[in-house]
Amino acid sequence: MSERTAVGVIRRRTPGARALRVLLYAVLFAAALAYLLPLVVMVMTSIKPLSEITPGNLLALPEAPTLAPWIKAWGEACTGMRCEGVGGYFWNSIAIVVPAVAISTMVGALNGYALTKWRFKGSELIFALMLFGCFIPFQVVLLPMAQTLGWLGLASSRSGLVLVHVVFGIAFTTLFFRNFYVAIPDELVSAAKLDGAGFLRIFWRILLPVSAPIIVVSVIWQFTQIWNDFLFGVAYSGHDTQPVTVALNNLVNTSTGAKEYNVDMAAAMIAALPTLVVYVLAGKYFVRGLTAGAVKG
Amino acid sequence: MTFTTGSATAAPPGRSRSLSARFQHWLPKLVLAPSVAISLFFVYGFMIWTFILSLTNSRMLPSYDFVGFGQYARLMANERWWVAASNLAVFGGLFVALCLVIGAGLAILLDQRIRQEGFLRTLYLYPMALSFIVTGVVWKWLLNPGLGIQAMVRDWGFESFTFDWLVRPEMAVYTLVIAAVWQASGFVMALFLAGLRGIDDEIIKAAQLDGASLPRIYARVILPCLRPVVFSAVMILSHIAIKSFDLVVALTGGGPGYSSDLPATFMYAHAFTRAQIGLGSASAMLMLGGVLAILVPYLYSELRSKRHE
Repeated sequence: MSERTAVGVIRRRTPGARALRVLLYAVLFAAALAYLLPLVVMVMTSIKPLSEITPGNLLALPEAPTLAPWIKAWGEACTGMRCEGVGGYFWNSIAIVVPAVAISTMVGALNGYALTKWRFKGSELIFALMLFGCFIPFQVVLLPMAQTLGWLGLASSRSGLVLVHVVFGIAFTTLFFRNFYVAIPDELVSAAKLDGAGFLRIFWRILLPVSAPIIVVSVIWQFTQIWNDFLFGVAYSGHDTQPVTVALNNLVNTSTGAKEYNVDMAAAMIAALPTLVVYVLAGKYFVRGLTAGAVKG
Repeated sequence: MTFTTGSATAAPPGRSRSLSARFQHWLPKLVLAPSVAISLFFVYGFMIWTFILSLTNSRMLPSYDFVGFGQYARLMANERWWVAASNLAVFGGLFVALCLVIGAGLAILLDQRIRQEGFLRTLYLYPMALSFIVTGVVWKWLLNPGLGIQAMVRDWGFESFTFDWLVRPEMAVYTLVIAAVWQASGFVMALFLAGLRGIDDEIIKAAQLDGASLPRIYARVILPCLRPVVFSAVMILSHIAIKSFDLVVALTGGGPGYSSDLPATFMYAHAFTRAQIGLGSASAMLMLGGVLAILVPYLYSELRSKRHE
């Protein structure tokens, strides 16, 4: 292989090129360190006793690591008026995320299927109409939604938040599934139609079995969005129904007694772990969700 | 794949067949109907509703005493709004520019057949999985002058080192830029990397045979090919910037004072805590206007390029 095949790559075996290559690695790893440091500091601070934090250095390793801040953040720390930790709010987030993700993904799948394999006059228009929901700043729906939730008797409830996340999530899930199903050959479906198979049957037998990748993309996208949501959470939840992001913000901004930075960081880690775990386990699909619609192949 | 089992296969005679056929004909529309209704009501209806609220003098509760564009006039005369709007210009401009430069730079460097590419990519991108609230909490800790980076560098012996932007009204908005760039630049890297992988090697080979140097190839051949990526990235990033709310709440709380307010926090404060629903709605409509100003040219160029294909 000649060096020409390594197109657009610094790769000639001269000393200068080798030095460049070293520099390249140095820059890349320095950048990685910059991205990683806040997480490292967060984890280290969360396992230091308070006595090591105030006099110590950010990057000093914990001398007497302890899980006490985590235990306190989960079950005892004050979030506003109450001192029950973020644990209960963590479960709130789960109770909101699970139904909201499941419903919005199912609706998105059926929408995407209907929009691509059962096209009718105006179906493209309907898609464009729904797509707009991906782009609005949510501030523009915030006040009417508050009033509507009140009318529906869902104010300050977890079901209300599930509704909000489903309503504003289906634009994204429909986009994912529509773009995925567009690439599946129509012939498969029209053959089945000739055989007399109906709408749901074709979906169940032909589309669904090949949908695993896009279901993963949609579930991860919705999970991350809803878990990380703060705006809807803070606007529409009550004391008992706050998601964990809202509780975390309250915890950090509660000023009673000495500031316990280690507990703050432990609570931040608790709020961050679910999405981080998903990212580590299924990073490929996470990226695909992020770039869906942004880069057209 | 066969579909010989089940009742739908054997066409039932007469009317019932046409009935079931008609049902099948309507089923896709029936499936779409709830979503369309939701979209019409919760997106378009709510937008109109907010616009109507912005024309009223609603304070604590929505009222429907119309005052024309009075709330917009009040907004234009509101100093805090202008702080928020100019902060958005500074924050948005720097955030988009820095993310593009860092993202494109890292993508180009990472595209040089790096053995640990997957590992590095994972590290660059993970902040994007975090909530802006978590990002805000972490950076608030790092930027805390007494205990964070400033204290650390002083501890190393640089006694006069100062990095107290978080508590200085004229600098607080730049702390938002730092945290937001940390969170989103890896995502831009991923976009650019995908774009770079999509470029035809032949073009680059041809340029190399012509004797072009590597930096020249990047500047003249590769980056122009990535115009669509730049375009999408700018659109997504400015969209994130306009919507930025959680990061401000968690990192600066809009402070010191209201020096680091953004339109999103301005809107929330007036609509939900300061009992100024009319004014808050007017600011929300202006935010929508801002998004549309970015979105419409983008969609226009998307549609035009599709027609040219």
